[in-house]
Amino acid sequence: MGERRLMMCNEVVAEAAIVAGCRFFAGYPISPATEVLEYMARRMRQVGGTCMLPESEISAINMLIGASATGARVMSATSGPGWDLMQEGVREMAFLQLPCVIVDVSRAPIGIGPSQGDYFQCTKGGGHGDYRLIVLAPATVQESADLTRKAFWLADRYRTPVVVLTDAALGHASEPVSFPERLEPALPPKSWAVTGAAGRRPNRVNTEDKAGLGGDSREIWGGFEAFIRELRRKYDEIEAHETEVDSFLAEDARIVVVAFGTSARVTRTAVREARKRGIAAGLIRPITLWPFPSAAIAEMAQRAEAVLTVEMNTGQMVEDVERAVGGRTPVRFLGRQGGVVPSPDEVLAAIEAAGLPVREGVHGAAQGL
Amino acid sequence: MALHKVFDRPAALTDALYAYCPGCTHGIAQRLFGEVVEEMGLIERAVAVIGSGCLSASRQVFNFDTVKALHGRAPSVATGIKRAHPELLVFTVQGDGDLAGIGAADVIHAATRGERISTCFMNNATFGMTGGQMGPTTLPGQKTTTTPDGRDPLLDGHPVRITEMLAMAQGAAYVARTALNLPTNVIRTKMAIRRAFETQLAGLGFSVLEILSACPTDWHLTPVEALRWMEHMIAAAPLGELKVPEGRAR
Ligand SMILES: Cc1ncc(C[n+]2csc(CCOP(=O)(O)OP(=O)(O)O)c2C)c(N)n1
Ligand code: SF4
Repeated sequence: MGERRLMMCNEVVAEAAIVAGCRFFAGYPISPATEVLEYMARRMRQVGGTCMLPESEISAINMLIGASATGARVMSATSGPGWDLMQEGVREMAFLQLPCVIVDVSRAPIGIGPSQGDYFQCTKGGGHGDYRLIVLAPATVQESADLTRKAFWLADRYRTPVVVLTDAALGHASEPVSFPERLEPALPPKSWAVTGAAGRRPNRVNTEDKAGLGGDSREIWGGFEAFIRELRRKYDEIEAHETEVDSFLAEDARIVVVAFGTSARVTRTAVREARKRGIAAGLIRPITLWPFPSAAIAEMAQRAEAVLTVEMNTGQMVEDVERAVGGRTPVRFLGRQGGVVPSPDEVLAAIEAAGLPVREGVHGAAQGL
Repeated sequence: MALHKVFDRPAALTDALYAYCPGCTHGIAQRLFGEVVEEMGLIERAVAVIGSGCLSASRQVFNFDTVKALHGRAPSVATGIKRAHPELLVFTVQGDGDLAGIGAADVIHAATRGERISTCFMNNATFGMTGGQMGPTTLPGQKTTTTPDGRDPLLDGHPVRITEMLAMAQGAAYVARTALNLPTNVIRTKMAIRRAFETQLAGLGFSVLEILSACPTDWHLTPVEALRWMEHMIAAAPLGELKVPEGRAR
């Protein structure tokens, strides 16, 4: 265990990336993610890496494509508007099977308050075609360090972009943190990387060759279809092996609350308070938003009277929760928007109301609180 | 008398078939890249970043490492490669739609940063691959599918003189314009490719070479007519070296 230090989450994800071997960072300033870039600008000089501040997020993500294609561990950090601009490049990396880590410190679309409104964009994909992103959602500063380091391993292991999704509240939170040197299992060398074709056949980073289409292939469409199916098989493997979920007092819970990131922190407090009041509440916190822990949620939900989803948006993850629950248990929703973090009292009230019958025409007992 | 080979395919090129229309000069440029990369002994050090458009077919022809870039983004991708591996020779191959249109910001900023990459700008005054629409460098009066009566600067705007703009960038060390319409110009193009690569390897800054290229298919001309029509392009944008590294004679 390394020594414990008090650090801001945005700086922690940057330091964790450096510990993980990230030596190329490209980013464009945007609140509330800018500290990641500023920290990288200082630290990359010390460790002999590169930190670029190009003219746009579009350029930043494409620089990542180039650096990642050489086999380097690469990262960027951004928030909503910049994340929008990066979608084309992130999708391209998914298809080129290039590893990268992107930290999305999500903010409300109006203003820069904390929000979880990027859930759809991260987990369902913001670019065209059929692809998935691994999405990790830490809830504490220490977990942000651990998951960022893990993100690099996952990205390399599966050759895919990985998103570390925080928000304005967590990104700016300072908590004690340590950077353990525990290393993930070794991975094979990146024999596909472009580093100059010395002593080997040329490497080609493009979707056509990845689809097995050589010089004069006549099997273009069949080749592409096989490639997309191959990608899908990889995503199945990720779903089977990398789904991660945390639970708190959920084993015997009558009211199961599902929440991630900052809203899960608030919910934890509310669950503890509910228990004091004799309500058997529990929390299920998806750590991987994709792959989504549907099985764990379905299992808990079966034993519960009601499931409550708490989010900082108008209801995005609740769709995945409903799908996991499959109509067997009522699903309620509490959402705050516009940069507002739900208070523990609100969540507690929603937990208390969750077991009650739903009012006519209202989606979820807690709606409108 | 024993026969000996006087002309061969450069080792920097594979034996894949060229994917261009008859009379397209993109293939000549592709061959010149192969020759220069081989002659400079750079097959094991070169990485080409290939933009969108007809030239993206060169991915299967170059016999060294390549990366295919999104439309317009080749200079940014090349920057990432070069910064991660400064010992490599990194050059982009981009069309006029790619470089002067969607990717104008990327190339201007790569030039301004003085990025040690070379950019090859294949200008055929139209979007070749998508079927001959007006591109950023389409000449006034030139007919395209989106300017059926000819480009009218009052309606359609003026052609962008991106190479002149790039020559103004402080980080740009070598800026030149050549054409593939005549054998002499082909030879000059090859020399310019070499100078661009030398500029990069000497660490002097950004280098860009605009190569005027014929697109007989989308110009609706025969290959010979297309080569003649290129005189209009040359009149609008004169050939030559716009900028050479300081202290080096033209
Ligand atoms: C973002 C995006 N928009 C549009 C396209 C479609 N597209 C493919 S090639 C091309 C134009 C290519 O023209 P140019 O760069 O001049 O090259 P040429 O084909 O003439 O060699 C376009 C618009 C694309 N690939 N990506
Ligand atoms: S469309 Fe034009 S640029 Fe493309 S291959 Fe044919 S002639 Fe060349």
